[in-house]
Amino acid sequence: MRLAVMGVGAVGRAVAELAGQYGHDVIGLADSTGAAMGDPLDIEEALARKQETGVVGERPHEELLAADYDVLVEATPTTLGDAEPGFSNAAAALSRDRHVVLANKGPVAERYADLRAAVEESAGELRFEATVGGAIPAVRTVEDLGPERVDRVRGVLNGTANFVLTRMAAEGLGYDHVLAEAQELGVAEADPSFDVDGTDAALKGVIVANVLREARGEEALSLADADVTGIDELPTSALSLAGEDGRTVRLIVDASASGVRVGPRLVPENGTLAVTGTQNIVQIETGHAGRLNLSGRGAGGAETASAVLADVGRLPPR
Amino acid sequence: MSRPDGVTTHTLRLELVDEPGELAAALDPIAENGGNLLSVFHERGSRTPGGRIPVEVAVDCPAGKFEDVVDGLREQGVTVVAADEEYYGEAFRVLLTGHLVDTDLSGTLREIENESTVSVEELSLTAPDGVEAISSAYLRLGARSGERGAALDRVREIAERKDLIVVEPLEVGE
Repeated sequence: MRLAVMGVGAVGRAVAELAGQYGHDVIGLADSTGAAMGDPLDIEEALARKQETGVVGERPHEELLAADYDVLVEATPTTLGDAEPGFSNAAAALSRDRHVVLANKGPVAERYADLRAAVEESAGELRFEATVGGAIPAVRTVEDLGPERVDRVRGVLNGTANFVLTRMAAEGLGYDHVLAEAQELGVAEADPSFDVDGTDAALKGVIVANVLREARGEEALSLADADVTGIDELPTSALSLAGEDGRTVRLIVDASASGVRVGPRLVPENGTLAVTGTQNIVQIETGHAGRLNLSGRGAGGAETASAVLADVGRLPPR
Repeated sequence: MSRPDGVTTHTLRLELVDEPGELAAALDPIAENGGNLLSVFHERGSRTPGGRIPVEVAVDCPAGKFEDVVDGLREQGVTVVAADEEYYGEAFRVLLTGHLVDTDLSGTLREIENESTVSVEELSLTAPDGVEAISSAYLRLGARSGERGAALDRVREIAERKDLIVVEPLEVGE
């Protein structure tokens, strides 16, 4: 397949670097200022230029969107509300009957109905495995089981928040201390608010709920419909109290066709959902197959890129 | 199961540490408090996630003595997971955080208990930065079968009014 990659953050970069190993060519790579194009594009050279000058290329975005690719990989930063520029990039590709693979959560969480309408009109397909749980095949597993037979999906879907909770409980350290440590380790971003206030986890919950709701003919949800509480106000002493009773606290996403709830919850310390550090877990409850647990790395460039490239591999040839 | 002589049969679910003599030590308080041990069931090889051994015990007790048996077991350090499922089986934990003391903790507990079927069975409070700062309370609440959801709604409502954070148990209210 010929890929156009929008976004040169950790994920976009890793997709570009790994695409060759999966048998795909990258014909264009764009950051927020401009695009580099080639047939195929010399990835090493483009990324070196980005490294040196801060800009990957000078060509206008429109030119890349109009180029001859099979799949548009949308990996620009997740934005809320209108989900731009991710939504328009995806819509532009679909309107040209190209496939779209999203790593960007915005369009599927905030504008699922608009996106589905664009897919209806298109010969191209849409996949978004990378938006939920990084390397964990959460969306695909739900699809394989049949979303109409999946009752509920719960899990730990934010590695930063989980790292903070794990360290606070294990070491008795304060929230600010652990968060600073997470930033030093690169586990938390410079502005970690979306991770610790529950927004990032909620977006993933909304995406799953949208898949479950679509299968039941119900309208799509957006972030505003989710009930969200973060972990940013939890004192270490609260975690210690729970620990004395063999329990701990995890930021749990609870998504079903009836809605999405995200918040700190008490779970057994040795229970399935009490994954530690930056690990994520997705627990799928089904009518016929019982409960499935999938755990693994929920973030990271190569991990998320592996989900993007697995999506690309599932697309039909154009 | 109540009989004319006032003796009732109860079931207890205990979790024991895997050490010699644990079972005998756990059963002593039953006789000491007037209970009559009917049966002990332990599924060989079965372990809790924490490595403890789950044991189910049936006991005959004169009217009103069952609470003493349960208390006696707890004093002995035995973990009573459930005593007569119907009543204790629905015990659940809730963590509250915020200005608990400033917002009248005993008032909060009273309000929770006002919901006639809910009882505060255990409370641990920690206020490492003094009672005027943020403190946390860990509550073990008892509610009758099928009423945990309502009990939790009550806690949520009080917490919202008093600007407290509730960390709910995952298994409740589904």
